[in-house]
Amino acid sequence: MKLYDGGKIIIGLLIFVGIATFPFYYNIGKVNAKPEPKVDTPAIQEWEKQYGKKECVEPKEFMRTDHMQLVNLWRDSVVRSMNREYISTASHKKFNMSLQNGCMHCHSNKKKFCDECHNYMAVKPFCWDCHIQPQEKEESKS
Amino acid sequence: MLEKAFEGGRKYWIWILFLGAVALVGVYYYLQQFTYGLGITGMHRDVSWGLYIGQFTFLVGVAASAVMLVIPFYLHDYKTFSKIVILGEFLAISAVTMCILFIMADMGQPMRVMNVVLHPTPNSVMFWDFLVLSGYLVLNVLIGWVTLGSDKKGVPPPKWIKPLIYLSIPWAFSIHTVTAFLYAGLPGRHFWLSAIMAARFLASAFAGGPALLIILSMIVRNISKFDPGKEAIQAVGKIVAYAMFANIFFLGLEFFTAFYSSIPGHTSPFKYLYMGLEGHSELVPLMWTSTVLAAVSLLFLIFPATRKNEKSLVIACVMLFISLWIDKGFGLIVGGFVPNPFEEVHTYWPTMPEALITVGVWSIGFLILSMLYKIAVSVREQTAGVEIEH
Amino acid sequence: MSMDRRQFLKIAGISSILGLGASVANATHPIWVKGLDPSQVEPNKDALNAKKWAMVVDMSKFKTDEDFKKTIKACHLTHNVPDFRNPDGTVNKKFEVKWIWQTSYERAFPGQENRYMEEHLKDMPFLVLCNHCENPPCVRVCPTKATFKLPNGITMQDMHRCIGCRFCMAACPYGARSFNWIDPRKAVNPETENKEYPTRTIGVVEKCTFCTERLQSGKMPACVEAAPKGGLTFGDVEDPNSEVRKIVTTKLTIRRKPELGTGPQIYYLIGGGDHA
Repeated sequence: MKLYDGGKIIIGLLIFVGIATFPFYYNIGKVNAKPEPKVDTPAIQEWEKQYGKKECVEPKEFMRTDHMQLVNLWRDSVVRSMNREYISTASHKKFNMSLQNGCMHCHSNKKKFCDECHNYMAVKPFCWDCHIQPQEKEESKS
Repeated sequence: MLEKAFEGGRKYWIWILFLGAVALVGVYYYLQQFTYGLGITGMHRDVSWGLYIGQFTFLVGVAASAVMLVIPFYLHDYKTFSKIVILGEFLAISAVTMCILFIMADMGQPMRVMNVVLHPTPNSVMFWDFLVLSGYLVLNVLIGWVTLGSDKKGVPPPKWIKPLIYLSIPWAFSIHTVTAFLYAGLPGRHFWLSAIMAARFLASAFAGGPALLIILSMIVRNISKFDPGKEAIQAVGKIVAYAMFANIFFLGLEFFTAFYSSIPGHTSPFKYLYMGLEGHSELVPLMWTSTVLAAVSLLFLIFPATRKNEKSLVIACVMLFISLWIDKGFGLIVGGFVPNPFEEVHTYWPTMPEALITVGVWSIGFLILSMLYKIAVSVREQTAGVEIEH
Repeated sequence: MSMDRRQFLKIAGISSILGLGASVANATHPIWVKGLDPSQVEPNKDALNAKKWAMVVDMSKFKTDEDFKKTIKACHLTHNVPDFRNPDGTVNKKFEVKWIWQTSYERAFPGQENRYMEEHLKDMPFLVLCNHCENPPCVRVCPTKATFKLPNGITMQDMHRCIGCRFCMAACPYGARSFNWIDPRKAVNPETENKEYPTRTIGVVEKCTFCTERLQSGKMPACVEAAPKGGLTFGDVEDPNSEVRKIVTTKLTIRRKPELGTGPQIYYLIGGGDHA
């Protein structure tokens, strides 16, 4: 079987494969430590003292996979339905459905918590374009 | 047939590369705008729509004008238009694409554009504009491609395209009516709050679009062996004449209502545009240029001697197109915002980046048009002599 | 069954589109599709509610420049409204964002003035803001419902959903809306910003929201609290016992451009009132 314009096709294919596999060979040898989000802020320690354990709005396995969807649903609930109190399905405790005043109240260490996984996954959520990030000291003890 | 867009002589490729380069300049400035914000334009709190939306409004009209060829050819069997119809349909594709690009350029958060689809809002005219423009683009792509393909094979087009062609007729009217409704239903903007907006839009569309088509047909005739036909061009010229008369007449009606009623909400914008208001007369020379060009072009078109002479016809079409571009692509928008709801005069003039992005989008439109026309011309050159069946 | 290349490509194209579509549908997690269960959410227990929030403005209570400034500042600081200035300190009119501001009588009520009026009457200061219309043209035109009516009468703005098309700005007959032409954080002072409220981002429209977030924690709007006593009266105009209702039923008030059918809910008291 004759391959018409074979030269151009093979060169084109090689360029395509080169571009498509770029992310892989570019990162060869780079060490990326596993993300280790820290949950030891003063607010979380307070909670632990009060309730005996650390707990988030929902179990951490759920939050790890679904906090993005939960935050989206919270957004519509707060802005469009005026419902600001969330009752956790796991613990039945009430939480303020607010990113700045709710989530970040406990997780005030954005750099050592949120950014740990986000940086590892190269995710840049645009929440912080509007929502004000918690102020963190440049050097914090870990 | 697509490969025909990539087969061309030196002059064709120089033209394409030139358009591509200009388009890239537009893209560069758009990236500036994307990072810095729409503040890079001349728009501000009081004139919140400017050149981009004006161009979009004007181009919807050009896109709708294809219907002025489709109705005679497909509905009334006017065989004279058999060769020129494809040029109209391809012009519509290019124009609608430019409309979409201008809207995207004007949006504050273009990444969120899918919100219009995720949260459909039937009470919003803009929602319907989104639908009808997309639909019109799809229609013209299908109709143009299928009919051209059939022409190439020398057979009548498949039966299923006929209902779509008939659908495109009211659809063309709808795209420009919906665009007019964007303006005509706003209670606070008395310059636009007029029942005749949609009628005026359609009239200027059916004058400006076919005028551009005449110019393009002459160019195509000069640079290729494709001749849409002297008779066809003359017929289109008559359509332009009647439509332009209607357009100027409707503008006169607006003037009458505004000035005879003396209601400040209606008279102030006209004063700003044509006489100057509170010391601001930036747009006056432009609007009068538009008026003079409109009157002269109409005279050229009405009198058979100047209409039949193809040189004076082209001059008339160029004058008409520029006149309508100023009126609809600029004056109409700014006039709606000046004076503002507080009766203050805050003017608007586009900035250089804004103008270059605009030129870039036009360049992309012409790029698409040139490539589509190249395909149409190549097909017709091959099938020259064979009558187009429909 | 043999097929030619064209048919093969057509079938391959359609199956890959269907396949991608199915995988996207699969990727949608149940919670995304399901949404929050109503039993999981409730309003704040301190939340103030109303059938129709409205406001009465008594300009006679605003006596000094400072009265205006502190009312406007209260709103703009609470909501991190950007303050764009030119190098010489004057307001940058091009990028200006304002939720509530001071204008003159002839600007707030254009056409009401007469040519024989003394200048000081034409220039009488008035506070203007979004009127939270009953029949708002901005809500009518928004293609994404980013601006919408809350059940309590507030014309609300969802800055998350706004695509920045500015149709609402064209539709508003009162010029109440502002657009973020450039990054607003360039003009928000991090030392005085309200850390409990977000800023906005580039390319979205914003306006007064009747302090809906404050109402939901039991507080009055910021401007109402900061205004001189009796200057701004805020309440439920549908509640026969509210102060606002008492004023609009028994005293002469005017509204901006009522002939447009928008049903504005900011009432300007004529002649000043002695209610406190």
